[in-house]
This record gives sequence, C-alpha cells and structure tokens, in this order.
Amino acid sequence: MGILEVKGVNKRFGGLQALGDVNLSVKENTVHAIIGPNGAGKSTLLNCLVGKLIPDTGSVMFDGQSVLGRKPHEINQMGISRVFQTPEIFGDLTVLENVLIPCFAKRDGAFRMHAFETVAHEKEIVDRAMHMLDDVNMADKKDMHASSLSRGDKRRLEMAMCLVQEPKLLLLDEPTAGMARADTNNTIDLLKHIKATRDITMAIIEHDMHVVFSLADRITVLAQGTPLVEDVPEKIKGHPKVQEAYLGQAHG
Amino acid sequence: MFGLSAKDTRFLLIVVFLTLATPILLQPFPETSSLAQFNAGYPDLMQKFAIFGIFAIGFNILFGLTGYLSFGHAAFLGVGSYTVVWMYKLLGYNVLPGLVLAVIISALFALLIGFISLRRSGIYFSILTLAFAQMSYNLAYSVLTPITNGETGLQVYSNDPQILMGENSPTSPHLFGLVMRDSVQVDVGGWLFTFNIGYYFCAIIAILAFYISLRIFRSPFGMMLRAIKTNQTRMNYTGLNSRPYTLAAFVISGMYAGLAGGLLASMDPLAGAERMQWTASGEVVLMTILGGAGTLMGPVLGAGFIKYCENIFSKINDGVLHGWFAFMPDGLEDFVIALIHPFVGKGWHLTLGILFMLVVIFLPGGLVEGGQRLARLFRRKRKAGGPSRKDPEHRPNPEPHVAE
Repeated sequence: MGILEVKGVNKRFGGLQALGDVNLSVKENTVHAIIGPNGAGKSTLLNCLVGKLIPDTGSVMFDGQSVLGRKPHEINQMGISRVFQTPEIFGDLTVLENVLIPCFAKRDGAFRMHAFETVAHEKEIVDRAMHMLDDVNMADKKDMHASSLSRGDKRRLEMAMCLVQEPKLLLLDEPTAGMARADTNNTIDLLKHIKATRDITMAIIEHDMHVVFSLADRITVLAQGTPLVEDVPEKIKGHPKVQEAYLGQAHG
Repeated sequence: MFGLSAKDTRFLLIVVFLTLATPILLQPFPETSSLAQFNAGYPDLMQKFAIFGIFAIGFNILFGLTGYLSFGHAAFLGVGSYTVVWMYKLLGYNVLPGLVLAVIISALFALLIGFISLRRSGIYFSILTLAFAQMSYNLAYSVLTPITNGETGLQVYSNDPQILMGENSPTSPHLFGLVMRDSVQVDVGGWLFTFNIGYYFCAIIAILAFYISLRIFRSPFGMMLRAIKTNQTRMNYTGLNSRPYTLAAFVISGMYAGLAGGLLASMDPLAGAERMQWTASGEVVLMTILGGAGTLMGPVLGAGFIKYCENIFSKINDGVLHGWFAFMPDGLEDFVIALIHPFVGKGWHLTLGILFMLVVIFLPGGLVEGGQRLARLFRRKRKAGGPSRKDPEHRPNPEPHVAE
C-alpha cells in the first residue's frame, strides 16, 4: 500500500474525458514523477488530489483516509503540501513571515483566535522558521518583501513554506516551468537536498525530462487522461509506448 | 511593557500623550487673533476626532489588514447609537450599560451580516454590505418606527421609565455622576483651553481601542489577516481556513463601529437613521484611505483630517473671506474671493474631494506615507556628505511595510 492511492478516477469536462480510469500508487519516501504530453490530464489529476476538483468516480486515499469532498485547507492539515506552477507566496509579507504562517497553521490548526499573542514572543516558532530559512539559504533575506524576490528565490521560499510543515506528501506542479537553465538546476539541487536530508514523499508533475530523470524513483506516464506505463526511470527512457505518446505514432 | 516591544511602547506613549494633550495642541491661536477660527480645541469637535478615530481604527482592521472593503459599516454605528439611547430611556442616563450593550448587539449584528456577505469577496462583498446597510437604514427610517422613532430620531422623553434614575441623578449622559458635557475652562493669557469630561471619556476609550488594534497588528491573528489580503490561495493550501478569520475581523470592526456609535449617543443623547446612511459608510472609507489603509495611525489621522475640514472649512463664509483679503484693492479682493468661494463654506466637500484625489494619486499610502517621506527627506539631509543614495548596492526597494 502506498501513502497515496488513486483508484479508478474519472473526470469529465463536458465532452472531454480529462481523466479516464486513473490508478496510481505513491510509495512512502519515494519521489514519484508524473509526466505526459500537453493535455494529458496531469494538472487535472493534481487538482483532484488537493480538493480543488472532485472526480466523477473513483477514490483518492491518503494515509488511509479519503480526501474526496474535503476542502484544500483540510487536505493540507492531513499532511499534503502543494507547490504551484507559479510560486504562490504572500507577496506583501516579509520572507520570515511567509514561513511563520505555515508554522502557525501546523501548530494551531485551520483557525485560532490568537489576537492577543505577539508573533515576536513565539520563540519556538520563530526559531523553527529561521532554521528552515537557513536550510534553503535564505536566512539573510528574512526581512525582504517576498514580492521583491527573484523568481528562483520565490520558488525556494514556497518550497520552504511547504517543508516547514513537515508534510507527509509534497506535491509539486511543474516546479521549474518557465525557469532559466540556471534556476532550473538550482531547483533540482534544492530538491535533491530535500530528498537527502529528510524522509519525505514527493509527487512531481513535470515537463522537463532533465528534472524528472535526475530526481524520480518512479515515473508514471500519462497520455490522454490514462496512465500508459509506470516504472523506474531507466526503463521509461526506452519504452516504445512512451516514445509513441511523445513523438506520435510512426506511420507506416 | 503591556506586552509590546520597546518601539511600540514608545509609539503608544506618544499617542497617549497627544490624545490627552489635544485640548491644548489644537488651540494654537489666541482667542483674539484672526486665525482663532482655525482652532479646533472645542469639545464637540474633539469628541468627534476621538469617536471617528475609533470607528476608523476598527474599519482598518477589516479593510486595511484583511483587504475586505465594506460599504456598510455605518449600519453598526447606527445600531450602537440606538442601543445607547434605548438604555437611557429604559434605565437612566448612565452611559455604561448602553455602551456595553451597544458593543454586544453590534457584534451579533456583524456576525449575521458578515456570515452572509463574506460568502463573496471583492466588489461583490462590498455590494452585499452596502445592500445590508441600506436595508438597515430604510428599516430604521420607516418600518421599525416603534423602535427607532423614524425620521424624528430616537430621543428621551419625560414619560420614559428610566428605572435607575434617582432624585439627584444628572439629566444628561454621565458616567457615575461625571456629566459628559461638563467642562473646565482655563484662560491662559489670551488662550482659552477647554477640558471637557466627554472628550476625556472618549479619549480614554480611543486609547484602549488603539492599544487593542496595536496588539492585533502584532499578533499571529493579525499576520493571518494580512496573509488573507495578499494571497487567499496560498492561505488555503497552507491549511488555514480563511472564512473564520475574515468573519472574526468583520465582527471586531463591527464592534468598534458599534462602540463609536454608542459614544456619539453618549455625547449627545440622540440617534437618527441618517447615521446609517451610505454616505456615512463612505466617509469612513475616505478616512481610512486618506490617512493610510493598513497603517496603525493612518485611519486616526484621516478621521481627524476629515472632521477638521468638515467643521473648520465649512465655517468660512464670504464675510470671513472679506476680513482676510481686506488689504487688497476692491476689484482684486472680489476676484480672489470669487475664486476661493466654491471651496469653503458649503463647498468644503470640493476641497475634500481635491485633497482626496491628490492623496490617492501622489501618496497611495495616505498621509502616513507623506509623513514617512518627509522624515526620510530630513534624515537624508542630515547625512549630507555620506553616500547620496541610501542604498549604494541598488538592491530592490522593499515596498512600505503594511503594519508600520
């Protein structure tokens, strides 16, 4: 049994079958990549995992509990954090505050009326956030406004915000989309560092094969809403079905 | 001190000092000078500064921190006023029971309106609150006449029960015998200072209100509210439910508004439906933006600024203008007065409108940003001889911090 079990998930938008009978199992402490050509249903699948979309049929079990019908914040509280294609951070807040908020969310739950406490007095939480910023090499930028960070740093910050919650599963939606080569390599290094330093399960949706093959333990190839193959990276590279999905069927 | 950092404590003490010294500070011109009409140190106006300061501080928690623009906060102001006057009618002229009840009732009212309106955000939220406030206004004006006394306004009559009224109880609003409209006047060589009990009562409550708002700004709760303003998507995907946070902010600001409304009726034992009209809701939006939304002091400055213009500019009529420009040749005098005439007296709204436009265009951070720019300018001048740019490394300029 994996930590995330997707069984028989179907999702239809009008006449379009976005997902057709998707089965997926993500094992604990592995990096599982989901790849596929444009329109393969990768993002739809991800949105079904985090509560943004509800599949028409099928089940999504995380850590033994169904996530279907739960709101995004409830799913996060179960232990799933998500990194977005374009970094979603609190732009008007400082870098440190950006990391403090998930710390509070982890300790106090979805809502708490802590109007008469003082952020600066929460030593334990501030220490934890600073430690996290140290870990992603951003401690010197803690007082900067998040909106003034570079694209690569925003991604780094978003990653820190997710990791500081110590999620059981980290979902990454094309973490290097639209990045320059140098930023992409930095992100890969960061992800490798994360993988090496903690027990974490990651599911990555990605376009960039370089990223996928340098990180993934297992790869699922999605095409037209259905998983084609699932295997270790070495086997995927030369798989005829994969080449067909990406390069189109050879006419002959 | 008081759970605040050293910097915030200093800030709070300055605010306390300024508030308590207002009757002196706002009376800079001797009574006999021609500038005496710019003096604002009379009880009626100072009470309004404190009361609308409270109203704007509360509104800022919703609009400045959380980013939800309510166009219906005057409804809570009205609810507060009606509650206090009803307590006068039923119990007696002591303001305390009325004020406590005003805060409670406006909180319940805000809970109901907030619960429904906060299902939407942005412009739809604003429209919903506006609709609720206009409904309240019309109800108060016509349908609920038995409770609100319709267009006459609610007031105390001699046949009201007033069960707590004793033989010697004061016959106007008071706090355990301290009558709100009593004042001590001190004449210091040409300057006349009025120390009014009502003003000091409002001022002490305003300081408390400011202190609570300062604590909220520095609390994890306040940080969550700012996070909601910035990015609700990230908020939800960080495991936080934004609905109860926004509702709490809405209720808190509603309670502030109810308190302000109650204080209005504590100074003057009347309550009318026009207090709930949308223009009153719009006024607090103007105050907050003019002063600086999301800043601690901004809303108070904005409230003071607007109330000052309303009371001082509107008093300047043609007679006063002729007095000022009497030194000019006749033709020129008439010309200058004709130019200024539309902007003063009944036309003071025109002045306010122009000032508002100037602030929004050139100082998006409000009067507070103006003050910060001036302070920066002075600091740079003092450092003449050093590097001319504050930041020789050309790092990106951080935007002004929302909670400063």
